[in-house]
Amino acid sequence: MLQSNLDLQMETTVQIKGIREGLLITLGEGDWEEVQRSLFEQLDQQAEFLRGARLALDVGSRVLKAVEMSRLRSDIQDRQLTLWALMSESPVTIQTAQTLGLATRITKPRPELTVARPETNLQGGEPAILVRRTLRSGYSIEYPGHVILIGDVNPGAEVTASGDIIIWGRARGMLHAGAEGKQDAVVYALDLSPTQLRIAGKISVIPARRGKSQPEMARLQDGQVVVESWDPKKKR
Amino acid sequence: MSGRVVTITSGKGGVGKTTATANIGAALASNGWKVVCIDADIGLRNLDVVMGLENRIVYDLVDVIEGRCRLRQAMIRDKRLPELYLIPAAQTRDKSAVSPSDMIRLCDDLRPEFDWVLIDSPAGIERGFRNAVAPADVVLVITNPEVSAVRDADRIIGLVEAEEKGPAKLVINRIKPSMVKRGEMLTMEDVTELLAIELIGLIPDDENIITGTNRGTPIVLDGKSKAGQAFGNIARRLSGEEVPFLKLDDEGGFFGRLSRLFRSEGRQNG
Repeated sequence: MLQSNLDLQMETTVQIKGIREGLLITLGEGDWEEVQRSLFEQLDQQAEFLRGARLALDVGSRVLKAVEMSRLRSDIQDRQLTLWALMSESPVTIQTAQTLGLATRITKPRPELTVARPETNLQGGEPAILVRRTLRSGYSIEYPGHVILIGDVNPGAEVTASGDIIIWGRARGMLHAGAEGKQDAVVYALDLSPTQLRIAGKISVIPARRGKSQPEMARLQDGQVVVESWDPKKKR
Repeated sequence: MSGRVVTITSGKGGVGKTTATANIGAALASNGWKVVCIDADIGLRNLDVVMGLENRIVYDLVDVIEGRCRLRQAMIRDKRLPELYLIPAAQTRDKSAVSPSDMIRLCDDLRPEFDWVLIDSPAGIERGFRNAVAPADVVLVITNPEVSAVRDADRIIGLVEAEEKGPAKLVINRIKPSMVKRGEMLTMEDVTELLAIELIGLIPDDENIITGTNRGTPIVLDGKSKAGQAFGNIARRLSGEEVPFLKLDDEGGFFGRLSRLFRSEGRQNG
């Protein structure tokens, strides 16, 4: 891969790459006017595709004067593109870019928030996911199996499972167990006061409880959602 | 020493972000720190109005970012506090004129010169919010003791965590002690139990805030106002001091329990 990149650079002086913040364009060695011309050629060729894009330009060790840089920027702007960053190995060029209000480095991409999925299931067990965090408003978990969450489910958050849901914490958001129609799905929580509780196709609202919270479980009984305190002696 | 960047945000509009920014900024500056407040609410600026500096604006944030002026030219010195500066937002542009990396770069330029960089975030969870949070070292989330504001605060706290800027610190604004006493308002426990982040300020509802805002005088400079004292306490907590929470109600009740909870000593008068 490195090799092919090198080859590409040898052939062309302009290299365009898509990055998280827009496009990264690396300019190779050569006469500045020449390189610019080939840059604009490339941009014009793909004008339709690139329209509105944000460009980050890596000019290598080249020293650019403020005039050159601002002309470059306005030339880019004329093509309905935005130059937001200019990177260089030359401190002079970096300083000039900063004076012009351009960024001089690209921030490192942050890992997106993902919920880890287990790769294997326990032998003889059923697929389940263990989530060790509080779900705040706007976050949701959907899993084709059981969901075990250690933390709270705040109002505005959603948990959907085709199996059971176990919340080791306060369950206040929307919970949907047996989402694919499993009638005997159960919801367990240390504090069960969800905005809405769904089991299979049944939607219910649990009346606000007064007094101390206690571990509870909810399931369908004769087509109705029934909530009862969790009893260790009772077999489900 | 490098300055710290504090972003003040909320999700829901109208809970008091701008007032908090102006007051915490003024409090820090009057404690001898060098402070710059940035209004990141491009297109709907009003930090300049609250700070009473509207008529001095020549250049704004977008001018700096687009290179039409130097950073210094856009900084407006406060009328009363020589160590307090404002970088106003542009009124004629919108949030897309600025990117998160622009804000990071701007703050990196400000850090060596200032002890504190305060950013007043726009409401919402879109580009403007991401711009405001990107450079932050500390994020303050403001909420009111109302269900809708708390819900939005929760969403924002989640987003701040996702941006790896967490954990945010919480300010509960506009508490009406009399309503809390009658059980008609969410209590501090209700709010902190749900949001589960560190509390850094409790601000009582205070009519002086409105007059101060209209006049462009941060209320924190008025020693008599309770809300002003509460903002001053946030500033001191930010700079690492241990300050007991104000006792907002003289008849025990919820705030009585609260002050016991935080082992309040230097009780303020009721």
